[in-house]
Amino acid sequence: MNRLIYIAPLALFAFFAGLAGYMLTQDKDQAIPSQMVEQPLPDFALPPATDGIPGASRKDFVGGEPRLLNIWASWCLPCIAEAPQLEALRDEGVEIIGIAVRDEPENVADFLARYGNPYTRIGADNISELMIEIGASGVPETYVIDADGNIRYQHIGDIRADTIPVLLEQLERARS
Amino acid sequence: MIAELGLAALWLSAALAVLQMVSGALGLRAGGGAAAAYAIHARPAAVVQAFLATLAFLLLLYAFAITDLSIKLVATNSHSAKPFIYKLTGTWGNHEGSMLLWVAVLAISGGLLAGLERRLPERTMSATLAVQGFVALGFYAFLLLSSNPFERLPVPAVEGSGLNPLLQDIGLAIHPPTLYIGYVGLSVAFSLAMGALLTRQVNPDFAKVLRPWVLGAWVFLTFGITAGSYWAYYELGWGGWWFWDPVENASLMPWLAATALLHSVSVLAARDALRTWTIMLGVLAFSMSMLGTFLVRSGVLTSVHAFAVDPERGTFILVLLGLYIGGALAIFAARASSISEGKRFTATSREGALVFNNVMLSAILAIVLLGTLYPLLTEAFDVRVSVGPPYFNPAGAIFAIPMFMVMAVGPLLRWKDDKPKRIQFELALLAAIAIGVIVLVAVLGDFDVLPVLGLALAAALGVAALLPLRGRKLARVPIATWGMVCAHFGVAVALFGMASESAFTSEKLAAVAPGQTEEVAGWTIRLESVDPVAGPNWTAVEARIAASRGDEEPVMLAPQSRNFWAPSQATSESALVTRWDGQLYAVIGDRAGVDAAGNERWQLRVWWKPFVTFIWYGGLLIALGGTISIAGRLQVDLRQRHAIRRRDEERADLEALNGRVSDNGPLPEPAE
Amino acid sequence: MRVLVLLLAFLSVPVFAQQTMPPAPYAYTQLDDPALEAEATALMETLRCLTCQSQSIADSDAPMAGDMRHQVRARLVAGESPTEIRAWLTRRYGDYVSYQPEVSATTWPLFAIPLALLAIVALVLLRRLGKRRSDAASGAD
Repeated sequence: MNRLIYIAPLALFAFFAGLAGYMLTQDKDQAIPSQMVEQPLPDFALPPATDGIPGASRKDFVGGEPRLLNIWASWCLPCIAEAPQLEALRDEGVEIIGIAVRDEPENVADFLARYGNPYTRIGADNISELMIEIGASGVPETYVIDADGNIRYQHIGDIRADTIPVLLEQLERARS
Repeated sequence: MIAELGLAALWLSAALAVLQMVSGALGLRAGGGAAAAYAIHARPAAVVQAFLATLAFLLLLYAFAITDLSIKLVATNSHSAKPFIYKLTGTWGNHEGSMLLWVAVLAISGGLLAGLERRLPERTMSATLAVQGFVALGFYAFLLLSSNPFERLPVPAVEGSGLNPLLQDIGLAIHPPTLYIGYVGLSVAFSLAMGALLTRQVNPDFAKVLRPWVLGAWVFLTFGITAGSYWAYYELGWGGWWFWDPVENASLMPWLAATALLHSVSVLAARDALRTWTIMLGVLAFSMSMLGTFLVRSGVLTSVHAFAVDPERGTFILVLLGLYIGGALAIFAARASSISEGKRFTATSREGALVFNNVMLSAILAIVLLGTLYPLLTEAFDVRVSVGPPYFNPAGAIFAIPMFMVMAVGPLLRWKDDKPKRIQFELALLAAIAIGVIVLVAVLGDFDVLPVLGLALAAALGVAALLPLRGRKLARVPIATWGMVCAHFGVAVALFGMASESAFTSEKLAAVAPGQTEEVAGWTIRLESVDPVAGPNWTAVEARIAASRGDEEPVMLAPQSRNFWAPSQATSESALVTRWDGQLYAVIGDRAGVDAAGNERWQLRVWWKPFVTFIWYGGLLIALGGTISIAGRLQVDLRQRHAIRRRDEERADLEALNGRVSDNGPLPEPAE
Repeated sequence: MRVLVLLLAFLSVPVFAQQTMPPAPYAYTQLDDPALEAEATALMETLRCLTCQSQSIADSDAPMAGDMRHQVRARLVAGESPTEIRAWLTRRYGDYVSYQPEVSATTWPLFAIPLALLAIVALVLLRRLGKRRSDAASGAD
């Protein structure tokens, strides 16, 4: 009995060391996944983020083909990096609806003029309303929304060339 | 040349650590014979090592002072435009430099131990020095193999890249080094505990040797945590003083273990009880400081306190942790049952109270450890959770409240056995104070349970801390007792500050245009102007605020919102008005649009925090109490040494008178 | 490796100078009702800022934290209870967003272990102090 008590600290320590060692080998994933995946897209209606492109609301996601919801901002550096990838997706025939977070209309227009416009609609989310509603924790994030208005997939961070096939596959899957 | 000299000094120190370790180990094994001849090198090796490691640190300090941009560490962490004082503090404001400071302090403690401590049996001392050498060697290896502070750049940099602006503060000059000294002091306690365990010499003499090291480490830890808390309070700009952040917990856990160790060492020294428990705490305290270092530097946990993290270094520290702590716990598991528990005592005795509080402190430590590491555990299963104040506060309070209650009466009890009846007056008095405060606060308003209990316990503890002096001739109270009274009173003061801050704080957030006024808790705050200002490596907007309480003359406050450019970061510089009964805390934020009249408005955050300063006054009192205690112990120690020398001299005289030649051999170990 | 260090240093206190939008209405504005504001503060102190390293939304200047504070205050004004608001957020971000762990499949050890600890503490104290008393009594000759 006494012996066991004296071994207990060693056992606890071994458990901790094992855990810590394992965690050191793991890539530290800073992303906070949304719990809204597989849930209906919350109801929202956002005004246009800049002149010439309509705003966005939940009903724009219902009917037709699955769509991408892209959360971005002109002040976000990775968004510049993903701009060409979004254009590539649009060229594949994907409808992309943008949500510009805390952004001024002239900055949005400037960004679109400089890096291209892959969006059919851009809603202005000036107080991160929709961001919080769908469980997004940063910019950029991209969601696959099926034709019934359900969130099917979340991509955190900028879209790279190797993300495109993943998104296309998820869009395909969202058809069923 | 500086870098090369420093590096050479470090390599030499590492070599001496090997000598110290081997020589100590031989001293432990050998009764006599050839090996014993090598056993005498452990002490000198430790002493010389202390000088060399200090030299290495001073050389790095010099490199930072002259901003030697050919050294990689200086180039990545300093900047020629930085104020001189922050060039110096930048030496330990980074991973490599702080590790060098760590080994320098480790070597100095080893040198002091080897050079001054003569009370322990030689074998125990040899074992202790061997363990100390082993510990030091690991850190030298860490520095030299994976974090060389003296690495040169192939081409000297044109300009340094600066230091994290949050760290460009006088708080940084004192807070981390004091914590390191505390951590390192615990490593000496660890070595002594292992030495005593290996040679089965766990007795009051050992406890008396251990005590000043534990006390010293504990004083530095207390001071370091207090300073760190105040630094976070005024530097992070939101008026919080403790966030239960992993990095803060990493410094609290060794403190909790050291506090428990401190009290159990006292029991061992005075009563020869709690032998295995003391050894266990000695190992635990150092484990916690190593664990803290691991958590802070490996980056496995997410913290608000910016640290350069690196999994590679994490691996190295984890290996060291496994070697030292795993090894120590294995030896403990094998040896502990061969050490008897020591003298007995009843529940209602000084020892009984100390055991109770030791167990409670350990339980609080377990809660903090659990809450800190739990997110790490769930992340292994890809689930992310957060554990914060709403968990730590109540879970800790379950154990802290009984602990404070026993702490109030413990010092009033006699050693070994006592009758509760003897102190019934004191018990009734303390209970009356606590209940009185609860009733008073309940009448004043509606507050949370924990702050109210905190206020009641603080009041009772404050009185209880002074009770051991009752009925005694103050001039004859031992100095160490004054230390205890001071430290316990400090706990009451700090607890009062914490409870008062969380119960009575008033907050005012407002968008204000220059010329407008706001009210908070009897203070009138008038925003006079907002102007741009510039410093050596930053620009800022500075608000000028006139704050007045009642009809007093207004005090001018100048909080700033700073933007640093090397590296690019933003910080809030809070402005404080300190009064005896609290602090006014003001921060200027961003622009907040224009008001109806077209004036530009600014975000202003102002808090009135009643008695918040008592948190840190309390911390300082606790540290002061520890210091007084050390002084008292050292005084007794020196007096005893003096008495022994006198006695020996008299005996020698007597023997000379008797016409005999003294052939006693070496002097007997001083017995206390 | 150095990139990681720089990245983390940047993440810890990012500069939001590029964002020129004014903060959400309730981000830095207190509620008029002091009781409601006290509820808001208590709740905000226990919600985690998602874009910071380890801070509550009450302690952060990050715009996202400001927007979350707006949600908290606005929803309290609309009549929701703090518990409902916390649940609303955890439905979106999981347990990560709340510093106050709830008993669930992933967090039960956080509550079970302290209870076990309480039992161990009671046991240790009974064995240590309870037994000693009888030992001392029988040993006192």
